[in-house]
Amino acid sequence: MFKRINAPKNGKVSFTFEGRSIDAAPGDTVASALMLAGETHFRDTPVSQSQRGPFCLMGVCFECLVEIDGVPNRQACMVAVREGMSVRRQKGAIGVEIE
Amino acid sequence: MAMASLQHRTADLLVIGGGIHGCSAALHAAMRGLQVIVFEKDTVARHASGVNAGGVRKLGRHVAEIPLSLHSMSIWRRIADLLDDDCGFQPSPQIKVAETAEELETLRGRVAELNSLGYTHEQILDRQTMRTYLPAVAQHCVGAIASLDDGFAQPYQTTFAFQRKAQQMGVRVLEHTPVERVSRSGEEWKVQAGAQEFTGRFVLNCAGAWGGEIARQIGDHAPVRAYAPMMIVTERLRPFCTAVVGAAGRPLSFKQMPNGTVVIGGGRPGVPEPANNRTHMQMSELRHSAQTAMDIFPVMRGAQIVRSWAGIEGLMPDGIPVIGPAAHAPGAFHAFGFSAHGFQLGPGVGDIMAELIATGSTQAPIKPFSIKRFPQDPTRAQKELS
Amino acid sequence: MNACDLAIIGAGPAGMAAATEAANAGLSVILLDEQPAPGGQIYRGIETVPEERRKLLGPDYGKGLSIAQAFRASNATYIPEATVWNINPDLSIDYSRNGGSSQISTRHLLIATGAVERPTPMPGWTLPGVTTAGALQILLKAHGGVGDDVVLVGSGPLLYLLAQQMIEAGGPPKAIIETIDRSHYLKAARHLPRALSALSYLRKGMAMMRQIRRAGVPHYTGARDIRIEGAQRAEAVCFSAHGRAHRIETTSVALHQGVVPNQQATRLLGCDHVWSESQRCFIPKLDAFFESSVENVFVAGDGAGIAGANSAEIRGRIVALRVAQKLGDDKGTQIRALQKKLSRDEAIRPFLETLYAPSDEVMVPHDDVLVCRCEEVTAGAIREAVDLGAPGPNQIKSFLRSGMGPCQGRMCGLAVSSIIAERRKENPQSIGYYRLRPPLKPLLLSELAQLEREPTRDEPL
Ligand SMILES: Cc1cc2nc3c(=O)[nH]c(=O)nc-3n(C[C@H](O)[C@H](O)[C@H](O)COP(=O)(O)OP(=O)(O)OC[C@H]3O[C@@H](n4cnc5c(N)ncnc54)[C@H](O)[C@@H]3O)c2cc1C
Repeated sequence: MFKRINAPKNGKVSFTFEGRSIDAAPGDTVASALMLAGETHFRDTPVSQSQRGPFCLMGVCFECLVEIDGVPNRQACMVAVREGMSVRRQKGAIGVEIE
Repeated sequence: MAMASLQHRTADLLVIGGGIHGCSAALHAAMRGLQVIVFEKDTVARHASGVNAGGVRKLGRHVAEIPLSLHSMSIWRRIADLLDDDCGFQPSPQIKVAETAEELETLRGRVAELNSLGYTHEQILDRQTMRTYLPAVAQHCVGAIASLDDGFAQPYQTTFAFQRKAQQMGVRVLEHTPVERVSRSGEEWKVQAGAQEFTGRFVLNCAGAWGGEIARQIGDHAPVRAYAPMMIVTERLRPFCTAVVGAAGRPLSFKQMPNGTVVIGGGRPGVPEPANNRTHMQMSELRHSAQTAMDIFPVMRGAQIVRSWAGIEGLMPDGIPVIGPAAHAPGAFHAFGFSAHGFQLGPGVGDIMAELIATGSTQAPIKPFSIKRFPQDPTRAQKELS
Repeated sequence: MNACDLAIIGAGPAGMAAATEAANAGLSVILLDEQPAPGGQIYRGIETVPEERRKLLGPDYGKGLSIAQAFRASNATYIPEATVWNINPDLSIDYSRNGGSSQISTRHLLIATGAVERPTPMPGWTLPGVTTAGALQILLKAHGGVGDDVVLVGSGPLLYLLAQQMIEAGGPPKAIIETIDRSHYLKAARHLPRALSALSYLRKGMAMMRQIRRAGVPHYTGARDIRIEGAQRAEAVCFSAHGRAHRIETTSVALHQGVVPNQQATRLLGCDHVWSESQRCFIPKLDAFFESSVENVFVAGDGAGIAGANSAEIRGRIVALRVAQKLGDDKGTQIRALQKKLSRDEAIRPFLETLYAPSDEVMVPHDDVLVCRCEEVTAGAIREAVDLGAPGPNQIKSFLRSGMGPCQGRMCGLAVSSIIAERRKENPQSIGYYRLRPPLKPLLLSELAQLEREPTRDEPL
């Protein structure tokens, strides 16, 4: 488990992950906020549906891909948290909706 | 390359170029009992044959190519038996959609023309039928032309499989061995490659975009030029399309692979540098392919491109390859300049070349592909060969 | 479009220092970086980190603040949150920002995209809960987060630095599992005399080790056969050391085998690279002023070969002065002074490289280990394809799709080249690396379609 060494000072940012409400600190990325909230499973691979979570936190490994406000393929470690954003696990290959 | 013994430097057939055409011809020649050496300046399938879009299509072929394409298709259908490798070959429809009524009219004309020539593999799909094949196609598309029993395959896997099978049949494949000089001495052909001289009764030019220089040394003239088709591949998407798709009014080749990735190409080329094996992408041109793909398949809007690439291919001014004997020199043959659609032809043309070389003739109608359709200079040919 | 004198990709110490130096010399400079704020990985969050955290991260980290401030104060144009996805042969750069694509042109280009952690394929390394050591350092530096049962695995200075920082932060690692082979100590000792000229580094290293010992962190040496166990996430690390088998339960495993140059941009541009036997990675071929084999393309920072933050800064300044010189300013004296300083700073490297050379287990993993994480290709599958006759990484890629997933080969490239080299009994130099093509990062089809049309050579069919 990860914890913050100091309680965040200047306010908080709330968002949801798979519907669960998460409190983050300003300056958090989606990945850091989720890790600090105890989440490790961010996506399932398109190849074998196995579970993956953040690995490098610097935009290199693409393991932390999530869906943010309906947009898939976002690198959670590269996106700053925003109030009210809705984050979901990316499950396998990207689905396409036929109109 | 290590020094080969004299015996190893002699063969019936010397093939220049380790693309699908060189490897296929080598295999088929070996199956007819010929001893074959293949020279490849880089590695097998390094160029067009290893990086193409993998389209195995009869649809939309130049009329002269149709018999060769049909013959090739019959080999594709049993490719796993031939090569002990399925080559990733997937039978699937090839469909070219019309975005306007006028385009559809033109397609109807094409079907009528083919029917009058006795070919029935292309047909018109009305809007509704098209949509059953392509549920994700854009609403504005009005209909299509289709060849329902075409397909696609994995280009590198296929060419690699031809190489391996050829090697099992005794063909020697020499990689990193550029042919520097081809010349005729008495009844034989000499090939200078990798600081050694090789001798054979026959020589076959399968040098793709580089085929012009080899042709010149054989004494022929062919205005082939290097051309670099560009491709895009996306991340894996859930399955939404099982056909290979083109468009009647603009350049497009579009397919979803069994693994979910979508391969898009068919647009304007990048910049080839055949002298140093490089190509440069022209993203400002490639963007049109991206736009066309999104227009025809709106579901692609949110898809991510993982990679783009280009390959070096030989392009003839009339868009069809050079296939057949050399203009004047005996024992020399050409199969190059496939003008961005020669992958499908690989298995069939290799078989035809082997027949032509081994028996001296073929039933296949290859006349339209003769190098003689370009102006030749017999005196220069004499000089080159003396 | 007007071309600037110098475009820089990457706002770490090399990029910031080069931008500052070049702007102060009167050059027009544009710096592009993917992050929202300058600092790069080493000085991540340097402008915003609360003071107490900056202190506990140590003075080496704190140093970044003055570099960032000087950069901010300079006339260089800074474009943050810009993801560079293509560099054209004429050095124009395509990047996306806020969902749209733009292009800039430049006369000189500095690639200062730094290092990435050496991929460390081993059983279980894809399980959630397993990260790089660098990831946990970023979590601590930029976000003030620390784990309560972290097990550090591998070798290299960063591993101990992270341990020390975690101790300072009140979350010491549960254990350190070190993979250094015994023989490395002897070999490294040979480089000690030269390293002595960089005494401050040695002192710092020793102080770090003392602090770790004092904190009572269990420290296993000579570890091998490392395996991370867990059903859906990391549950334990298993290994053997000095003839005994160990199993340590944990929810967080941090791996490290040193860092290697980020080759994506230099490969895309077709710069020549050489295999460094001592650093066990590819390094772009550079002249004494860090210019690559492609004219007007420079590389500074760890991307030019691993040498750390101080060297990165010096290299960045040398590049800036060299560009100014190419544009007609005499900077010879200044450049020579910096080159001297650089050679002192780099004196420690041969010692560190030898001591912390990555373990063979990681360079050539067992057959069942996933090497390409994205496409889930194992080391065994790669060896099979090599045995069939596939000669190099590009054929392996065509054949198995390794390197064709979203990370575009970043996580498997080195391992794939090494595995092929080992199997074919050749040097990685002759095996080579993946051919890189745009986009440098995955790009939406719609972003490409919106690309502003640049006048190009017309190529009629
Ligand atoms: C991006 C792209 C997409 C394509 N898509 C399709 C498609 O979907 N369907 C389709 O049917 N076709 C397609 N094509 C076309 C198809 O790939 C080619 O027509 C076909 O591969 C040509 O095969 P080849 O053997 O003639 O040429 P190549 O594969 O280019 O082989 C020629 C070989 O000769 C070697 N060589 C040249 N000179 C010498 C020398 N002096 N000594 C030794 N070796 C030499 C070269 O190194 C090369 O390997 C595409 C092409 C490209 C580039």
